[in-house]
Amino acid sequence: MSDWKAICRIEDIPVLGARRVERSQGAAVAVFRTSEDKVFALLDRCPHKGGPLSQGIVFGESVACPLHNQTIGLTDGCAKAPDEGCTQRFSVKVEAGSVSLNLDELKTLALEPVGEAKATA
Amino acid sequence: MKKMKLVMVGNGMAGVRTLEELIKIAPDLYDITVFGAEPHPNYNRILLSPVLSGEQTLDEIVLNPLSWYADNNITLHLGKKVVDVNRSKRVVIAEDGTEEEYDRLLIATGSNPFILPVPGKELEGVIAYRDIADTNTMIETAKTHKHAVVIGGGLLGLEAANGLMLRGMQVTVVHVMPWLMERQLDDVAGKLLQKSLEDRGLKFLIGAQTQELIGDQDGGKGGRVMAIKFKDGTEVPADLVVMAVGIRPNTALAERIGIHISPTRSGGIVVSDTMQTVTDPRVYSIGECAAHRGTVYGLVAPLFEQGKVCATHLAQFGIGRYTGSQTSTKLKVTGIDLFSAGNFTGGDDCEEIVMSDPYGGVYKKLVIKDDKLIGACLYGDTVDGSWYFKLLRDGRSVHDIRDKLMFGESNMGDTGHEGHSRAATMADTDEVCGCNGVNKGTVCKAIKEKGLFTLEEVRKHTKASASCGSCTGLVEQLLMFTAGGDYSATPKKKAICGCTDASHQEVRETIKAEHLLAIDGVYKRLDWRTPNGCSSCRPAVNYYLISTWPKEAKDDPQSRYINERSHANIQKDGTYSVIPRMWGGETTSSELRRIADAVDKYKIPTVKVTGGQRIDLLGVKKEDLVSVWKDIGMPSGHAYAKALRTVKTCVGSEWCRFGTQDSTQMGKDLERAMWRMYAPHKVKFAVSGCPRNCAEAGIKDVGIIGVDSGWEMYVAGNGGIKTEVAHFFVKLKTAEEVLEYTGAFCQLYREEGWYLERTVHYVNRVGLDYVKKKILDDAEGRKALWERLQFSLDGEPDPWFDFDKASVDTRQFMPVGAV
Repeated sequence: MSDWKAICRIEDIPVLGARRVERSQGAAVAVFRTSEDKVFALLDRCPHKGGPLSQGIVFGESVACPLHNQTIGLTDGCAKAPDEGCTQRFSVKVEAGSVSLNLDELKTLALEPVGEAKATA
Repeated sequence: MKKMKLVMVGNGMAGVRTLEELIKIAPDLYDITVFGAEPHPNYNRILLSPVLSGEQTLDEIVLNPLSWYADNNITLHLGKKVVDVNRSKRVVIAEDGTEEEYDRLLIATGSNPFILPVPGKELEGVIAYRDIADTNTMIETAKTHKHAVVIGGGLLGLEAANGLMLRGMQVTVVHVMPWLMERQLDDVAGKLLQKSLEDRGLKFLIGAQTQELIGDQDGGKGGRVMAIKFKDGTEVPADLVVMAVGIRPNTALAERIGIHISPTRSGGIVVSDTMQTVTDPRVYSIGECAAHRGTVYGLVAPLFEQGKVCATHLAQFGIGRYTGSQTSTKLKVTGIDLFSAGNFTGGDDCEEIVMSDPYGGVYKKLVIKDDKLIGACLYGDTVDGSWYFKLLRDGRSVHDIRDKLMFGESNMGDTGHEGHSRAATMADTDEVCGCNGVNKGTVCKAIKEKGLFTLEEVRKHTKASASCGSCTGLVEQLLMFTAGGDYSATPKKKAICGCTDASHQEVRETIKAEHLLAIDGVYKRLDWRTPNGCSSCRPAVNYYLISTWPKEAKDDPQSRYINERSHANIQKDGTYSVIPRMWGGETTSSELRRIADAVDKYKIPTVKVTGGQRIDLLGVKKEDLVSVWKDIGMPSGHAYAKALRTVKTCVGSEWCRFGTQDSTQMGKDLERAMWRMYAPHKVKFAVSGCPRNCAEAGIKDVGIIGVDSGWEMYVAGNGGIKTEVAHFFVKLKTAEEVLEYTGAFCQLYREEGWYLERTVHYVNRVGLDYVKKKILDDAEGRKALWERLQFSLDGEPDPWFDFDKASVDTRQFMPVGAV
């Protein structure tokens, strides 16, 4: 059985917006809320140049990266064609308005050191 | 669920593009069947000329290999000509008896070459130039025969002639009109072209009328063609005759099955804005066989647009409408650049501006009527073609730029591509797009490998010309000689983005006329296709709402770019920069001390003085922003916003021995009066105290220059991508007047500018004369504008301190639930 960690209430995330969840190891995770109150979580790094997706404009089930405006799908974490690349997805559970992330995933996925955006080279 | 059946007759570029679009948006809706009369999969017809001349092979010009049809489960009948359709039973019947049922039928039969009705047209060795078979015939004939005659001195004829010449034949071009390419060029350019082609070895018979083609058997009536005879009795030997005298829509099938054909000379299957035939809504038609609002298009770009609309309709979205395209011709004949658009021949009530340098091989003619550009014909140097085309399409007055018009936009100071203006002379490693670091080789490779045809597609795939756009002319040239001649066309109306068909202007006008106050309301009213827009349209609509209805429409932070949502500039590593406001660029020791303390306390790595005379703190963590603002205790500099940024000043008469006016005070007054002013794009002012102009007021949105007798006001300058010197606007006496005129200009721009349009582009679009009329000639209007700006700005909050009122969501500065 995997453990779930409650992160926040759904209303803590702005509609068509996002919040960041810091991790002790690895880059932060961005938690998005759509206009239909669906919640998605992706690594807070775009596949292109490591842009913080939590800062982008959310529309439909996509987010526009704040650095170079690539469109990243919230469901699959992948850039819309013709751009390429995918970022790590994280599972989300919403129960009675409480948003939870999977602890195993948070502790094991995409743990490369953060700091300088890794893909700027 | 049982799928519907879609049958397409014709396997050419426009039709297959429609299928591609359809499969993209509704992959499982139809079982698709395609009939193609040729034995080849869809190929790029425009590139037949490079195949003929030996620069490319047939394999290279195939757009959709057979595997594409198989991968998409398309039943393909190659080499089968459709001869009949039973519309009541909905069955398509091919020559060999193959039958296919349909629910929807798409007729994309393209066009047929026109064959001159002269005796001998059936002889062996007499062909048209339309498909792969014709091209192969020419290549084979060139191996065994010597003399070729091409009838028709249009683009296709000249390309055929050039190709045959490169294959070793002696070629004569016969052209009945007085000069070459008479539909695209005027007489001067046509003759320059002829001269240049003659220098390469082509022969021309201009004005010659073909009487008959003579064969080598049956007394000239049979066998293979051996000569061409003209009305004046002369003869020219010919082993091969290529007819390139025009094309006609191929409407034979449509006619046979009772679909309405346009009775006009150009013909074509009459279709509605949804590309359905007017006769039978189950039957669609697109491409060179279709007549839309009386026009049959032959260029790729409009046909692809038709394809897109047709696909959305077939996919049952029912949203897209094709409203026609305006086209220009940008052609490449054997290394010579040509461009023409509109009415380039002029007439009695037109004026012409002409530049002619026959020795240098450059000729340009611009035709003007009622102060508007109505036509252009360029030979040898076409880099400004797209600019002229834009002026022509927008129909704006050129009165104020008349003196510069001939020299083109590229001579007004573009940066980012090393000053190149002719793509052909560039090396593959030369940079085309300085913003995104895309070189010529990359662009050409993408165009070839990915089969790109339009500027938009190149932008998407390579990012070239996708940021600042200053290299657009170069990219268009690359498209032209990589993808082939004729991509250039623009929709008559440009939509804001893919979410809607509405243009910026329509959205602005609707918001104003119908007193719309919320983004949702705009989307509903204008039938947006997406539930909440995209990152292009939402910020635009949000701006239009708050600028049109100040104090009523509510600013939506989630519809603003990150910089305007966090009130700081995001940097490449995800940190932010902070630029406090320093009125007129003046500061004090206590401000500097507070800045220095904040730099130490928050370990801010870089402190830099900006081009606009402000101090920039770079590398601030988002969590620290609120505290940094608070500690520094200076107002927001709005350096992150589409808003008034800085007012740059020189020291002026207070200290400077040359100063004639107190420019620093004027700058401070302007900045205090207009800070917090959101606009379609960033706005920069400068004030200099004398004509030495140390504050560089000549390249600002509004530049004020002090002279002994008062102030000179300049507008719409720009120091960015396009270094554009501001236009002199008016001479003013007092500081109050400077405030009023500057405010009125800004408010006009705020009310009428399109989102992300700088003042230079706004003024270029509407014309300086128009702005003068609104502000200089209309005192009441000017005062009203200035009052409306003051009303908007009155009580506007400082977003660094008054979070509630400025709609700043402070939750963004703190992460949630750390793990």
